Amino acid sequence: MIKVNALGDTCPIPVIKAKNAVKELGGSGQVEILVDNEIAVQNLTKMANQKHYKAQSEKLEEQKYRVLLTVGDAPQETAEQEEETCACDIRKDTVVVISSETMGNGDEALGKILMKGFLFALTQQDALPSTILFYNGGAKLTCEDAPTLEDLKSLEAQGVEILTCGTCLNHYGLTEKLQVGGVTNMYVIAEKMTQAGRLVKP
Amino acid sequence: MSEKIVFCKGGGCTAKLGAGVLSRVLEKLPKGPEDPNLLVGYDSRDDAAVYKLTEDVAMVQTLDFFPPMVEDPYVFGKIAAANALSDIYAMGGVVKTALNIVCFPENMDLNVLGEILRGGAEKVAEAGAVLSGGHSIADADVKYGLSVTGVVHPGQIYQNDQGKPGDKLILTKKLGVGIVCTANRVGEASGEALEEAVRSMITLNRRASEISRKYEVHACTDVTGFGFLGHLHEMMGQKLSCRIDAGKIPVIAEALAYADEFLLTAGGQRNRNYAGPFVKFEQVSFAMEEVLFDPQTSGGLLLAVKAEQAEALLADLRNEGLPAAIVGELLERQETEIRVVGGEK
Repeated sequence: MIKVNALGDTCPIPVIKAKNAVKELGGSGQVEILVDNEIAVQNLTKMANQKHYKAQSEKLEEQKYRVLLTVGDAPQETAEQEEETCACDIRKDTVVVISSETMGNGDEALGKILMKGFLFALTQQDALPSTILFYNGGAKLTCEDAPTLEDLKSLEAQGVEILTCGTCLNHYGLTEKLQVGGVTNMYVIAEKMTQAGRLVKP
Repeated sequence: MSEKIVFCKGGGCTAKLGAGVLSRVLEKLPKGPEDPNLLVGYDSRDDAAVYKLTEDVAMVQTLDFFPPMVEDPYVFGKIAAANALSDIYAMGGVVKTALNIVCFPENMDLNVLGEILRGGAEKVAEAGAVLSGGHSIADADVKYGLSVTGVVHPGQIYQNDQGKPGDKLILTKKLGVGIVCTANRVGEASGEALEEAVRSMITLNRRASEISRKYEVHACTDVTGFGFLGHLHEMMGQKLSCRIDAGKIPVIAEALAYADEFLLTAGGQRNRNYAGPFVKFEQVSFAMEEVLFDPQTSGGLLLAVKAEQAEALLADLRNEGLPAAIVGELLERQETEIRVVGGEK
């Protein structure tokens, strides 16, 4: 596999670097390209579709995306990887909203246990949501020391978008402590919620 | 001029913010009390603002500036000015005054700035306008443009979404300048292609606008950052549809070849994300799709003209040496807003 670092490059440089790497392969194989914006991912995918390469992409962190191009027959390693990361069905239209540290009203300690249980159970579902939004008290669950981090990281690795409200992180003094997913704003939160086919709120 | 590489980082209208992002912000702006004299504001996403002063005179205002898309500062000045002036022409107006807007690094050779301003001033003069001042800011990157004021009769404003079903669509310049400049930035453009793109970008839309005023033009816009399809989508104003004949689109031939080499801009992809959902392509090549989404710097006018007058207007524009073409027609609103039919050369 050839690895290409195109972080900090503006279009069309990432595509040109990828093209050169494919040329260097001189046949079938894989090229991994790191880019820092989604438009570059889309342009790389567009090229791959035209050239009939297989393209897989994932967001690694804020401003870091990985695009994997497979030229010719996919070698063994991709097939395995694919099973690991893509066995689950991502439901494009389902958005989960976590607005509190607790699930349900009543006993707070119980509420926290239930919420942790819910997020774990979510990782075990056949169909995963496309996005999980965290705001107000929910913002604490994506930060350092939260008991839910492991499950959320597992969801993220399976392609679920994890977004936490920036204003809320700021309010709780957690801006530097975010451990999983990205930071978002109210425009995006409102958009994701209004455009969701199914909104799940535990 | 050793600053060459710093000077040009891929600018022009490819540097515009995406239309999608922008409308989200604009929709949220507080609206002051309505002023009935504001005939065209940003609500309609038109090319310039129009404010009625008297029954016979309305003021047309626009502002446009961007980073360099070519390495020659003199040429950049001409392109930036032609691009800014174009918004007045797209409203059917006459240009009166222009103010320079400049961002320039303190440590850069001031001769470069002189060349940019010389190019701009020449275009302002060619437009028949007066350069009446300006404002400059020390900044990390070069940016240049104009704030332009023109006049128009309130009854003869070219709005961008007032076309009528049956109207023919005429485009007055070739598409593909964004792709050609991008190819040039990575050293892949031929001298001829770049020359053709530059010649197109420094051409004022003045004559095209003047000629069109003799005909029954219902709508007009200039094709710039949002690409042909992005601006066409705004022209539909959610009440019209259209059919575009891809084979008739005037295009810089090399742009198609560069698109096939994937010398694609971020701006083009943003335009695809924005306008793509409204477009249905039928047998259109990938390269042509890309050209239709390509952000244009100082692009041509896109006119919706009464069908019976289209051929005559086209002949007039061609006589002026413009590579104009009838590229499609407006239809009653239907399910597919923009249908692009292929069979291009």
